[in-house]
Amino acid sequence: MSGYSDPHFDTLALHAGATPDPSTGARAVPIHLTTSFVFESSDQAAALFNLERAGHVYSRISNPTNAVFEQRVAALEGGIGAIATASGQAALHLSVATLMGAGAHIVASTALYGGSQNLLHYTLRRFGIETTFVKPGDIDGWKAAIRPNTRLLFGETVGNPGLDVLDIPTVAQIAHEAGVPLLVDSTLTSPYLLKPLEHGADLVYHSATKFLSGHGTVIGGVVVDGGSFDWERSGKFPELTQAYDGFHNMVFSEESTVGAFLLRARREGLRDFGACMSPHTAWLILQGIETLPLRMERHMANTEKVVQFLASHPLVARVGHPLLESHPSHALANKLLRFGAKGAGSVFSFDIQGSREQGRAFIEALKIFSHLANVGDCRSLVIHPASTTHFRMTDEALAGAGIGPGTIRLSIGLEDADDLIDDLKRALKAAEKAGASKAPQGGKA
Amino acid sequence: MKLTVQGHEAYAYTGGKPFDPAKPTVVMIHGVLNDHSVWILQSRYLAHHGWNVLAVDLPGHCRSAGEAPASVEAAADFIAALLDAAGVAQAALVGHSWGSLIALETASRLKARISHLVLVGTAFPMKVTPALLEASLNAPLQAMKMINVFSRATLAAPPSALGPGTWVYGASMALNKRVLASNTKVNVFHRGFSACDQYANGLQAMAAVTCPVLFLLGAQDQMTTPKAAQSLVQQARESGKTFKVVNVPMGHHQMNESPEETLKAIQEFLQA
Repeated sequence: MSGYSDPHFDTLALHAGATPDPSTGARAVPIHLTTSFVFESSDQAAALFNLERAGHVYSRISNPTNAVFEQRVAALEGGIGAIATASGQAALHLSVATLMGAGAHIVASTALYGGSQNLLHYTLRRFGIETTFVKPGDIDGWKAAIRPNTRLLFGETVGNPGLDVLDIPTVAQIAHEAGVPLLVDSTLTSPYLLKPLEHGADLVYHSATKFLSGHGTVIGGVVVDGGSFDWERSGKFPELTQAYDGFHNMVFSEESTVGAFLLRARREGLRDFGACMSPHTAWLILQGIETLPLRMERHMANTEKVVQFLASHPLVARVGHPLLESHPSHALANKLLRFGAKGAGSVFSFDIQGSREQGRAFIEALKIFSHLANVGDCRSLVIHPASTTHFRMTDEALAGAGIGPGTIRLSIGLEDADDLIDDLKRALKAAEKAGASKAPQGGKA
Repeated sequence: MKLTVQGHEAYAYTGGKPFDPAKPTVVMIHGVLNDHSVWILQSRYLAHHGWNVLAVDLPGHCRSAGEAPASVEAAADFIAALLDAAGVAQAALVGHSWGSLIALETASRLKARISHLVLVGTAFPMKVTPALLEASLNAPLQAMKMINVFSRATLAAPPSALGPGTWVYGASMALNKRVLASNTKVNVFHRGFSACDQYANGLQAMAAVTCPVLFLLGAQDQMTTPKAAQSLVQQARESGKTFKVVNVPMGHHQMNESPEETLKAIQEFLQA
């Protein structure tokens, strides 16, 4: 029988979007490092520019290597298509800028990556787009924050860094009742652990820099459209449902019943804002995606061991992973995530009992964990959010995001779990000693 | 473009160009659980290359009101009425899957009023298995997955309807869901499949067609296999029709999986 049956996730991670190169037989995806593509004729050139035919014109708009990456992520997420971007932040900006302009309003979770929080709270406000933040689990808060000019609800699958699991089905329902889509940042879970579109989200984006790439080598992003949101029925998105004189008076929702968002995002957003991905970056991320299932399994297994170790250590006041029954998202994680709470990601935070100096001593004593501003690497990473990723946030906003002055964020990599635990043991001992040396005479040693 | 057809508002996509009575017209008819947008990589090009395009949403589907056709014959009545409403004296008909049967039936009735007949992914009889018919009624999501798996011929489609980066399987699933949801009174999935299954007039209709016929088949089509189109091809041959058979190297999603080959075949046939 010709054709395909219904490939599973692991097969799609290797094959979606790519076949052996027809001109060379190359089995791996070629890197098309070219700015532009020769037209067959003047007629074809005009047809490509006018969207009468599909093809590549200029690599800011599309590129064959990027297209493989886009198809692959769309396949893994269960979407209709995707757009590769220069970074995860570019994917978020592209999504927002495609859906709204000045005067619009967003309702977003408080538990966001610091860069996203900054974009919404400060930068977009300068362009006339306001955001109301609500705690991800405050369902009444989501409802109450919606205004007539709200155009988007937005959250992370598991909030950074407290791992508050977003109740996607419930928040999606609230969004849809208000006639607006739900956008979800799925960076920390990857499609291997959670497919937000299957739970009611309409748009999903990733910082592909993290688990999709998996090797800490490149910066990239991608936004996926589920094709489920009916822009015409909503009536709130003239950007997608009325003639756009910036592109041949095209009515995007008429051109494509389910793909209006992607059409405008590519034809306007990539064209005008230009935050495109390099084909070399797309190729490197594709190398990562090919082993995503294997890596995520190891990330989960190592994380489970490290969480159990930390949870039983006397110097650790709190471990913020839904694996633990004490975590507020424990039940929701078991309900939504593919592997239950075990699959709530390998990026989590914990609090050391003691002073800020002890926290610093802990980080500086680590030898395998690298102190840097990234997550989702194959190597284990550590950072102090209050002084780095979230440093622009006020104490109040920090508290709202579940971050304390002594919170440490770990990204568990693929090393031997015993070695990671040894490293943490040594660092916790160093933190303990730092506390002892500062302790007043007669205090706890 | 909105028209009043059989007393109801009907929608036809015109490819980004206004309808011009001076130009020849091509009507494009979608299949079960589809709408006008499946033709986007053929319709927009034709509209900018000398043709009026009327890529319809069949009644009760997405943007068109009215009763969803319960038979190929009822759908053919609609297409004939559409031509009247648009004031089109002669038109080419292009249909995909169920739409190919509708185009065939319409051409057999309107005879010289139809200039060209293009049957994309066609078969006769177009029987639907009892299990799939039942699933389309009682487990439509499961049935959608079945037909989209059968329709897929590649995991790596070339740049397609939404541009590069389109995942054709997902896009087709999303469109199927949207079309099904667009009619809250009738399950247009089951009704469309039933119409395909029950259509019995294919050979007589082919015999009655007076215009040239293009069979545009997917070499890897598992929904309407090239073999299943041979009864119509044979009838065209035996009844002395001017006809052509083109096989494109994909499956039932050929407008999106082989957009260039499909467009080329249609354009060359319409120009001839």
